Amino acid sequence: MEQYSSKVMEHFASPHNVGEIADADGVGTVGNPVCGDVMRLYIKVEKDIITDAKFKTFGCGAAIATSSMVTDLVKGKTVGEALKISNQAVAEALGGLPKVKMHCSVLAEEALKSALDDYYKKRGKPSPVKLPESVGHEHEME
Amino acid sequence: MIVRKVYLDHAATTPTHPKVVEAMLPYFTERFGNPSNLHDAGREAKNAVEEARAKTAALINAKPEDIYFTSSGTESNNFALKGIAQAYSQKGTHIIVSQIEHFSVLHTAKSLEKAGFTVTYVPTDPQGLVDPSDVAKAITKDTILVSIMHANNEIGTIEPIAEIAKITKNRGVLFHTDAVASTGWVPVDVNALGVDSLSLSGHQFYGPKGAAALYVRKGVRIRPQIEGGVQEDGRRGGTENVPAIVGLGVAAEIAAAELPRRMGHVAGLRDRLQKGLTERIEHMVVNGHPTLRLPHNLNVSMWYVEGESMLLFLNMDGVSVSSGSACTSRSLKSSHVLTCIGTDAAVANGTLLMTLGMGNTEGDIDFVLEKLPAIVQRLREMSPLYEDMVKKT
Repeated sequence: MEQYSSKVMEHFASPHNVGEIADADGVGTVGNPVCGDVMRLYIKVEKDIITDAKFKTFGCGAAIATSSMVTDLVKGKTVGEALKISNQAVAEALGGLPKVKMHCSVLAEEALKSALDDYYKKRGKPSPVKLPESVGHEHEME
Repeated sequence: MIVRKVYLDHAATTPTHPKVVEAMLPYFTERFGNPSNLHDAGREAKNAVEEARAKTAALINAKPEDIYFTSSGTESNNFALKGIAQAYSQKGTHIIVSQIEHFSVLHTAKSLEKAGFTVTYVPTDPQGLVDPSDVAKAITKDTILVSIMHANNEIGTIEPIAEIAKITKNRGVLFHTDAVASTGWVPVDVNALGVDSLSLSGHQFYGPKGAAALYVRKGVRIRPQIEGGVQEDGRRGGTENVPAIVGLGVAAEIAAAELPRRMGHVAGLRDRLQKGLTERIEHMVVNGHPTLRLPHNLNVSMWYVEGESMLLFLNMDGVSVSSGSACTSRSLKSSHVLTCIGTDAAVANGTLLMTLGMGNTEGDIDFVLEKLPAIVQRLREMSPLYEDMVKKT
């Protein structure tokens, strides 16, 4: 396997935003322990601004690092801006990911989308979030 | 500050023994000859290769003329399966292997299937043991070869090879065993095991990388897989890797001499490690067989944490181990061995393989016992699966 970038190792060794938000406005859980990673992302929203984000992740080094990075990226953004955060943006912010670990960045994007979807639903609004077909994601590689 | 380095991955590879390195060095320089040449330089190299053949044979109680040097355990397994299958394809086209074989056997079996052979993959019990009666039931009049590993490289289970050999012998079927994981760590005797061919690899027991061997009992036909010159009695072409072969011979000699001490040393440390981890970590499963297991092997699965992240944190503390996690493999599938023994796929991803060696000390083990439980606890506090479990109970 390719080695992890120093940025990935930094976020893995001391991940930011680990934990839960008791009164979260949106929570999303994606992944599957059988595939080796499960992410749960919590967001707090005030006046359309994401004021806090926390996560809990079961997974490899890349899964923990992408969770840490996506929670960093989302803080201070409007809900609309957060919806546009892509898996590539997460991977790039980490100085790239080994090819076989790109699925972890996809999972981070899905966790965020799932939390945003939950946010809309909790407020009784129609959700503009396009959730992937299976939020318990499937790996396309064999 | 002295940084402690603890290497617990001897199933991946071992350091080359200093005496092995010392014996190899002249064969790069003053004794550089090609064993195929009749002149003095060639003769000197040829004698060294034959001396190594005798030492390698002695380790497994074989005759030197039944030993063929190869480049790796993988090559030996390819050579045995393809070479024997091709040589006996007129007699039959059915082969039997276990589901927990190393990929060098499993992938070779798959490739033989593409070439027109049929393969039966026999399962194991939850401790990794093949049931000899399953092998007996799978044998048909078309069966030419059975290949069951001597000991599994991941969970360390030692298979009932001698019992299976009685069955194959009775039914007129050839029997190959992959003894790459076991040679140098437990007694390996081709006659006591009753096998027709056997693979071993030098770097698994303090020899150099690049030298391995295939034992083929006299009278068993095998088709060469590397064609060229008449090296290795015409069965394996290519100029011999003389320094590495010399190294393999010395490693075999050392293994034969210190085997009981080696087994005692690693088993003692392994038991200390297993006991210590069991006492300190909840929700941990020990994989494999409690007694029929390689003395240096410990394979454990932790619930609610993932193997690669444990491996990376241990590495930051200077401890090298292997993980059986899906996320570390290219296929994102967890180990086929753990799948076969029925390990829950979720906990299989939290697997660590720790394999000990002669360089390890009690201090090393105590260091791991201090570090690993804290790592597991830290990762569990970060794990949504652990959170769910705690909330449920």
